[in-house]
Amino acid sequence: MKAKKMMFLVVLAVLMVFATACGNSGNTEGSSNSGGQEENNAAGADGQLSGKLIVGGSSALQPLAAAAAKQFMQEHQGVQIQVQGGGSGTGLSEVAAGNFDIGNSDIFAEAKEGIDAGKLVDHKVAVVGITAAVNPKAGVKNLSQEELIKVFTGKVKNWSEVGGNDVKITLVNRPDGSGTRATFVKFALNGKTPAEGITQDSSNTVRRIVAKTPGAIGYLAFSYFNGDSVVKLSIDGVKATAENVQAGKFPVWAYEHMYTKGEPDKLEKAFLDYILSEPVQGELVPSMGYISATKMQVKRNAEGKMTKK
Amino acid sequence: MAKKDIWQPAGNSTLASARLLKKRKSNRNGELRGKIVIFSSAIFILAATVAITLFLTLKGLQAFVGDGLNVIDFITGTEWYPKHDPATYGAFPFIFGSFAVTFLTAIIAAPLGIGSALFMTEIAKKWGQKILQPVIEILVGIPSVVYGLIGLLVIVPVIRSFFGGTGFGLLAGTIVVGVMVLPTVTSIAADALRSIPEGLKDASYALGATRWQTIYKVVIPAALPSLLTAVVLGMARAFGEALAVQMVIGNARALPDSLVEPAATLTTIITLSMGHTTYGSTLNHALWTLGLILLAMSYVFILIIRFLSRRRQV
Repeated sequence: MKAKKMMFLVVLAVLMVFATACGNSGNTEGSSNSGGQEENNAAGADGQLSGKLIVGGSSALQPLAAAAAKQFMQEHQGVQIQVQGGGSGTGLSEVAAGNFDIGNSDIFAEAKEGIDAGKLVDHKVAVVGITAAVNPKAGVKNLSQEELIKVFTGKVKNWSEVGGNDVKITLVNRPDGSGTRATFVKFALNGKTPAEGITQDSSNTVRRIVAKTPGAIGYLAFSYFNGDSVVKLSIDGVKATAENVQAGKFPVWAYEHMYTKGEPDKLEKAFLDYILSEPVQGELVPSMGYISATKMQVKRNAEGKMTKK
Repeated sequence: MAKKDIWQPAGNSTLASARLLKKRKSNRNGELRGKIVIFSSAIFILAATVAITLFLTLKGLQAFVGDGLNVIDFITGTEWYPKHDPATYGAFPFIFGSFAVTFLTAIIAAPLGIGSALFMTEIAKKWGQKILQPVIEILVGIPSVVYGLIGLLVIVPVIRSFFGGTGFGLLAGTIVVGVMVLPTVTSIAADALRSIPEGLKDASYALGATRWQTIYKVVIPAALPSLLTAVVLGMARAFGEALAVQMVIGNARALPDSLVEPAATLTTIITLSMGHTTYGSTLNHALWTLGLILLAMSYVFILIIRFLSRRRQV
């Protein structure tokens, strides 16, 4: 008896491993199927929404997407929304392949190599402002853009050269392909490549390093500045605030995109409409440190050209 | 429960006889089923290894076959700027970083690990074992992210205050990984030392050798291949460690001038960049190639271990 039970357990375990493995591969291959299913599910009997959405990608957008999904699921009991991270590249690749229903990205799909942006439909759900984070010992609260470029390209090595204390400058970068890096390089450094320094991916780690390393400078989204551990740098005398970004005065910002493959189906559209609705844009978005996309007075296209809305 | 049956011969024999008398048929079926289970486990592991190797090889060669990168430039180049125009993929700084961390780790972990193993097996057999064994188990149980955090908050500032600079670099990475692989080295080395026949040591003592003379003239030479295996296994673990290293090494893609300057390893560059790449892009393929190099190196480590353990049997 005992032996039988044991064997049963072992067989079960093996089966489970296989099932998981197969389930995974099925997910990647049979992607278009899942999309079709949702369309069927979405049209419930009495107009009730039901079905399942997989949303994933950008880790910068993940907290907002997760919070909005939680509220949405409370309002629509039949709906299940799974929010994953994985990075903007993963989000774009997976939505283009049909594995994610909605792919989150910090950058325009046009800006990514290997993505057919024509197949994806862009939904700009929020805006993030980004500015340099400086260690308090540097003694700098404002830099002109020219000085900022000199600091990040390594032309200036000591904070005293740009009006700060006599402390050596340490750069903290993000890896290539990071949306935060791309935005900061494009709009704060005018496209100049930063010199080599410490490189970290996670915003929390960057903040910790900048806070603890004398003379360190990195860049962070506005939502990561809390307390006095790091200085939120003003550029050209313009304070890095949500209001200045919305008015088009502070240039370093980027859209948070939610991409769908083709026009969104019923359930996807309901969720995207919900994110763009007033309760989310007016309360949830600012409370989590993002900037409302609907309240922007300026807009920007994929090439980075800014125009009045 | 099943284990207990095996280890109590008396209990087992009555149980077995009862079983044989009553259910001979189902027992025979059990034999077949057991075979199937065991064979399928073995085949599963074989298939998984072959599949991973094939998959990684195919993925890793894409950068050379599909995107036209040059193998030699890739391995020896020192410029890794995939976003530049033209993009350059020189992985040498990462390969160098991985090997530097691995060998420096071995330098830290080998003497400490073998030393504490000797303490456990030769010097203070009873209480040494009692104290060190749980300590080693605790060290094994700590997740690598915790090692990384401690490195970031304690080791990096200490290095910064002693050597200047930022504190991030090979030295910080080596210390963190050195502590991480220490339990691996210690426990395998202790097993090796325990397996040495008592007769060898008795003979040495009988000739009038002191304990230290016995240790370094008899015990260590006799256990040397196994001790080396322990060190190589630790090195293999250091080579593959990503998370803890990434937090303290600084991840700069330039070749470091010193131990306290930011550097990067193969694993850290993969974990840093993979999520930001899209499938099918050259950078994505190049990262897979770095993974292939990691796999190839772990094969080399295994070959070295096989070679060492064969020497022991002769």
